Amino acid sequence: MAVFLRKNRFGIAWVLGLVAVLLWSGAVRAQSGSTAAVTDDQVNDVASELYCPVCENTPLDVCPTQACAQWRDLIRLKLSEGWTKEQIKDYFAEQYGIRVLGTPPATGLTALLYALPYLAILVGAVVLYRVYKALVKPQGTAQPAVPAAEQTISDEYIKRVEAELRKR
Amino acid sequence: MQEPIQNLPKPPASKGLTIWAALGWIGLFGLLGIVALGLLSKQQGPVQIGKAAPDFTLTTFEGEQIKLSELRGKVVVVNFWASWCKPCEQEAADMETAWRLYKDRPDVVFVGIDWTDTEPAAMGYLQKFDITYPNGPDLATRISQAYRTTGVPETYIIDQNGILVYKKFSPFESVSEIQSAIDPLLGQ
Repeated sequence: MAVFLRKNRFGIAWVLGLVAVLLWSGAVRAQSGSTAAVTDDQVNDVASELYCPVCENTPLDVCPTQACAQWRDLIRLKLSEGWTKEQIKDYFAEQYGIRVLGTPPATGLTALLYALPYLAILVGAVVLYRVYKALVKPQGTAQPAVPAAEQTISDEYIKRVEAELRKR
Repeated sequence: MQEPIQNLPKPPASKGLTIWAALGWIGLFGLLGIVALGLLSKQQGPVQIGKAAPDFTLTTFEGEQIKLSELRGKVVVVNFWASWCKPCEQEAADMETAWRLYKDRPDVVFVGIDWTDTEPAAMGYLQKFDITYPNGPDLATRISQAYRTTGVPETYIIDQNGILVYKKFSPFESVSEIQSAIDPLLGQ
């Protein structure tokens, strides 16, 4: 063993040195908390689901104002601290209101936004069905609604009218 | 003798269709009502001078709770600001100077409300201008919505009875301008 160590001392020293350097660089990265380790793509992935609280209808990932830059920095900071996308979105909603969410929760009046399209489709379908049913209804089916006596009178009347017309 | 033909029975009205139509109209009017309420709320404009100032509870950056209604008997200066707002910076130093003139008086309170901001940037702003009066975030923009603010900076001054007596929608130009808004209210 001693002979092996003596023969390979340079190799062993090199490997130990490499391990030490790797450990040191990892420790430095962890200590710095490192917002730099969070990429722009990661920040924009969260920012694209949020809207600027100040400018109307501008997604946070494309908003050019200083305020939006600060919010993107905040997202970067939260990501570097290990927050998930959902946690960050919840934090933004709590701080700035649900209007910053790209997809607001379906609660209160906001629920109407989600329900109305389906309701409109349902009402439209019912109307279409009834119109279609009225259009394809056979003519004969309406006849039984007329009482038999009146039907006879009506038929006789029509016959008389036709006879009068033929005379002319 | 001819028989009249106008006695033919009318087709029966569809009950189902009537219910659907009624529901449709109710829904339509409900929607119009909601839209109308929203428009009315937007057209109300800012809180009017002479009216009771909307109450609010602010949790400061230090964790202290400030409730406006508990400040009766004091003149309250409520300043809305944000760290990204350049015009706010124009008045920040003057606001702090004015606060230092009044801070030993028991009847004047300054409250800063940080609107749609990030806490790190807000703390940097407070440090930069050495602001010492209580400040806190406008969580979920509830306070600014209650005051129907239009932006920042905006300053509202509330008298000892909780009535809004002064509002300014631009930065103060000087300390004396702030004093001229507060001093007439003192010693009432």
